[in-house]
Amino acid sequence: MGGYILKRLISAVPVLLGITVIVFAIMALIPGDPATAILGSYATPENVAKLNRDLGLDQPAVTRYFIWLGNMLQGDFGRSFALNRPVLDEVVERFNATLILAGTAFVLCSLLGILAGVVSAARQYGWADKAITFAVLLGISIPSFFLGMMMILIFAVNLRWLPVSGMYAIYGGGDFPDLLRHLTMPALALAVVATGVIARLSRSAMLEVLRQDFIRTARAKGVPERRVIWGHALRAAMVSIIPVLGIQAGFVLSGAVYIEIVFQWPGVGRMLVDAILKRDILLVQGGVVFVAACYVMFNIVVDVAQSLLDPRIKT
Amino acid sequence: MTRFLKLLIRNRLAALGGAVILAVVVLALITPLLPLQAPNVTNTADRFIRPFSPGHLLGTDHLGRDLLSRLLWGTRLSLAVGASAAVIAAVIGAAVGIVAGYFGGRIDNVIMRLVDMLMAFPYILLALAIVAALGPGLMNALIAVAAVNVPFFARNIRGITVGIAGREFVDAARLAGMGHGRIILFEILPNVVPVIVIAMSTTIGWMILETAGLSFLGLGSQPPQADLGSMLGEARAALIAAPHTSVVPGAMILAIVMGINLLGDGVRDALDPRLRSGALTRPMPATSVRRETVPAPQGGGVLQLADLETRFEIGPRIYRAVNKVSLEVAPGECLGIIGESGSGKSVTALSIMGLVASPPGVITGGAAYYRGDDLIGAPYRRLRSLRGDRIAYIFQDPQATLHPLYRVGDQLAEAIRVHHSISRAEAEDRAIDLLTAVRIPNAESRARAYPHELSGGMRQRVGIAMAMANDPDIIIADEPTTALDVTVQAQILSLLDDLRRERGLAIIFITHDFGVVAQLCDRVAVMYAGRIVEEGPTGTVLDAPAHPYTRRLIACVPELGQGRRRLEAIPGLPPAVDRLPAGCAFAPRCDKARDACTAGDIALERAGARAVRCLFPEETLT
Repeated sequence: MGGYILKRLISAVPVLLGITVIVFAIMALIPGDPATAILGSYATPENVAKLNRDLGLDQPAVTRYFIWLGNMLQGDFGRSFALNRPVLDEVVERFNATLILAGTAFVLCSLLGILAGVVSAARQYGWADKAITFAVLLGISIPSFFLGMMMILIFAVNLRWLPVSGMYAIYGGGDFPDLLRHLTMPALALAVVATGVIARLSRSAMLEVLRQDFIRTARAKGVPERRVIWGHALRAAMVSIIPVLGIQAGFVLSGAVYIEIVFQWPGVGRMLVDAILKRDILLVQGGVVFVAACYVMFNIVVDVAQSLLDPRIKT
Repeated sequence: MTRFLKLLIRNRLAALGGAVILAVVVLALITPLLPLQAPNVTNTADRFIRPFSPGHLLGTDHLGRDLLSRLLWGTRLSLAVGASAAVIAAVIGAAVGIVAGYFGGRIDNVIMRLVDMLMAFPYILLALAIVAALGPGLMNALIAVAAVNVPFFARNIRGITVGIAGREFVDAARLAGMGHGRIILFEILPNVVPVIVIAMSTTIGWMILETAGLSFLGLGSQPPQADLGSMLGEARAALIAAPHTSVVPGAMILAIVMGINLLGDGVRDALDPRLRSGALTRPMPATSVRRETVPAPQGGGVLQLADLETRFEIGPRIYRAVNKVSLEVAPGECLGIIGESGSGKSVTALSIMGLVASPPGVITGGAAYYRGDDLIGAPYRRLRSLRGDRIAYIFQDPQATLHPLYRVGDQLAEAIRVHHSISRAEAEDRAIDLLTAVRIPNAESRARAYPHELSGGMRQRVGIAMAMANDPDIIIADEPTTALDVTVQAQILSLLDDLRRERGLAIIFITHDFGVVAQLCDRVAVMYAGRIVEEGPTGTVLDAPAHPYTRRLIACVPELGQGRRRLEAIPGLPPAVDRLPAGCAFAPRCDKARDACTAGDIALERAGARAVRCLFPEETLT
């Protein structure tokens, strides 16, 4: 098992390098002169040239890439000119908030999605199946940012059950119940789409498994139906559900950008959108690389979980 | 194609989705012709007018612009941008995928590595990076959305292309001297286009959503031009004061995406052959039963079937898989049921314990008496308590019939624990005893193995051990040796025979091999097209078969020491059981058939221990 984890970690290295190359290449497309963008249109040519030298922008692209990569490996992601602080500090701080939001949503959508999918498959064409299928269809069709806005309107403005936005109350907040109250709506809004997708996939994976011969064997042994469904069938279906969970984690992370905007959540997605609008390129670059790297690592965890579940995978 | 359209229209939800999309597209197309107010003319005196006000059907927004007009123009823009993104992504993705799939080798390797790399991003990060580089704007958002979806198309199309590139007609084209370009254009592309179109139609809703999302973030369309996403983004500031300005564009996005999803699901279902044949339905815990009369028990025996009838109902077709089958088996007796595949022998066996997949299987008549109790239509709890405890099954392919993810010892222990409340440790000990009893060496370590770590013969022994777990009265073995080689087969048969003698088990042994029947069974019943055509003690049936079908079936078995006898295959095929002819089902393949054979129903004539269903039997039974 240790060897397998090591192997997967090593295989992630080229992917991580590829990500930095892609991000760097995209950023190199930027039209115009970053120094001019930073200094504004009233800058003198001397100042622009000096800043270009200071930023190393007079070097060829390949050299710049390796300087950038080398600095990142030493934990130096550069400085955000708009915030005037190290990119990495800002990204890590913001990513924590995103992790709380996206992590909660991910747990929610995994549990609810699998539950709904299994119930739906076990009651195929029954009323529960039809109700779930309809709810799933609605869930995967509604834009999460629209759903979030409607939730604010209903639960925060009209019913006054939950706070409108933010992560903590400005006055007297900061404890765990306060966080929970602020987290409920954004986490639910973020989980809805992924729940639908996971439910759909779990349903078809379960239906596929329930036709298999070993399910008939379990029934012929006299295994109670509840255990056939939640034990034998779900266990086998998890083999195809877990990779989907890994993919959906990426979609939850993506959806977090919208939800963070709608609910004023101080996460990395909102940071990226702000940085783009302010053309704070180093912050965008650093943020994208950091989040993508975390996602790659998360997928290794998914692969390891998969290998623990399925003894047929050679570890 | 017409069949496909019919299926699509029969799916009411898909038709509804299609209607919604059609209506939205038509509205978007005729928007410039409609008598609408100008979408971008501001009038701050009339801001936030509520819907259904005179002059403004959907009200106005924060700048006093007519919402209906802005909605329709915004929809037009969103549809156009989403569709263009889909087309661009599909064309580029398909080109990349075809090149990778067609050329293979190093080109394929490099391209697919890159695709994997791009797919390692959460899609929005890539889109944000592209927008960050190009700057906010609708065109740039379109490019970003198209770009992040290229890998998806490339990967799908590559998979299809690899399949096509290996086919004969491509080889033929190559041998005919066609260049790569022409082969791709004239041989590959026509076969890939349907897949591209389907993938595009299922992702177009997604693209509309993504471009709307970027616009919502303020990174897409810039004021005063507005698509649905930026309308929603601008309305967010006034969410509390004037919710209708948010609801109007939001509901439109929802309607469009839901319509596309409904239609897409319908298309997928209509194209899926498995769904069409009902193969994706889930078998219920017990076969459904729908019978009018219950025949009374007749003879003795620990298990007795009386006029059992099982059908498969698939759409308008009815397959009579088991057609009034009556059998009985006594304790310590081995009854063989023999027939070609499709003769109904397995379905007969599975019907007894309600294990026929249902839907589509239905038991429509007859009874199965176990010690005088009818099992057909017995409540699920009763069936479950007997399954594996009193009546156990051994199935054909142990690779597929054991759970792949549980250790075999645990599967055995479970078989015991679902019927007896004993501790886990006790059950595990018993499992090891069972494995020893079926002569598995190193039973203790084998109990910890997974099925894929055992050989086929070992797995079948595990299957037998599982059937023996609760010391049942009856074992129903459904071709337990068919998948095994001859030596292992002989070992398994002698094992079953020993168990029967030691424990007084009744065995129903299903096979298509008369050699196996001769070795193991006391009596044999021959099935053809869902009916029993001959029955009797194994020795006499083998020596003097009465039904022409039995005679031909026996002639198919090569005998050791008999020299080189010609294998007499039976000409023709067994009939499909959804269109059975009147009278004898074997008549079309029988060389003795006369008109009378197909005139009407032929009864199973009994004489002593034997019975035959034939007007002109090979032997006169006495």
